[in-house]
Amino acid sequence: MLRTQAQLFMAFLRIGLFGFGGGPSMIPLVHQEVVKRHAWMDDEAFADVLAIGNTLPGPIATKMAGYIGYRVGGVLGALNAVVAVIGPIIIAMIALLGLYARHGDQRWVQGMGQGVVPVVMVMMAKLTWDFFTKSRASLGWLVTLVMGAIAGGLIYWLDVHPGLVIGAILITALLRPESQQATSETNK
Amino acid sequence: MIYWHLFLAFFIPNIVGYGGGPAIIPLIENEVVGRYGWMSSQAFAETLALGNALPSPIATKMAGYIGYDVAGVPGSLIATFATVAPSLLLMLIALGTLYRYRDSIKVKSMSQWVRPVVMTLMAYLTWRFLAEGLETAGAVHTAIIGGVAGVLLLATRVHPAFVVCFGLGYGALLLG
Repeated sequence: MLRTQAQLFMAFLRIGLFGFGGGPSMIPLVHQEVVKRHAWMDDEAFADVLAIGNTLPGPIATKMAGYIGYRVGGVLGALNAVVAVIGPIIIAMIALLGLYARHGDQRWVQGMGQGVVPVVMVMMAKLTWDFFTKSRASLGWLVTLVMGAIAGGLIYWLDVHPGLVIGAILITALLRPESQQATSETNK
Repeated sequence: MIYWHLFLAFFIPNIVGYGGGPAIIPLIENEVVGRYGWMSSQAFAETLALGNALPSPIATKMAGYIGYDVAGVPGSLIATFATVAPSLLLMLIALGTLYRYRDSIKVKSMSQWVRPVVMTLMAYLTWRFLAEGLETAGAVHTAIIGGVAGVLLLATRVHPAFVVCFGLGYGALLLG
């Protein structure tokens, strides 16, 4: 029991520490630990957990950690795996930004803060483009741009909360008539 | 009250945040910078930059740090809980049901339909960071840093952590 919890903790600690590049880049690491190293589940079960995790909101890495932890070690296992995968990095983040804030009045530290903004801008632009190309592949560029423009108008012009806009789209996707499903399948 | 606001600020982006970690960044910005005013745009950009340079999911790193910044250790725990727990509970409860429908076109189309909205939110955030850069670092430095970062991120396989380090180094030497 204790041994299993220790193994869970170490497995997800490694996944968290080496998962550079965010959630989806961690999936191969999870596979390595859970299927290959510890054989807690087979390839097929892993693929199912991944597929279902992808249909739910929220970060994929913590959903997988929590669910696999639960299967292997119950509620304690779920908590254990989630803490292992995110805890150490959050503490590192608080420590690093705390250090930064303490020296915030130094001019060169302020310069660092300013120098990083354009980098983040480029990262955001790249993500915008990634989402455009992914969306174009499934919905076509016209639908993508029209939907994007309508959403932008609602959110930034009429001040509708983005959560409401997304929630409305999700409900429409679930409730739309069956007959349209065939067309969206051929589009895909 | 602050704890309840923290919970909501991270619960809402994560429960509607289809499309993986980065998709919820603009939603979190909307709450943290826009709605509650806990952070300036620049502080948010700095947090995001450091978050991008460290491993593990971006959503939980942002929650853990911003929660701590706003209300200490309890704040950090609440924001992280709001990020992780609801979708994890959904996963544990709904696993059987969703498993049967995992190939359903409806379930798949949910994330497809949300993408254009996320795209717009991200485009807006890009524009905000551009305005921020022009205001603080100035047009010339913004163009140089942005150009180099663009080449490194798009044309080479350099890890984003090094690109962030470049921005930090450039700022420390030339903008201080």
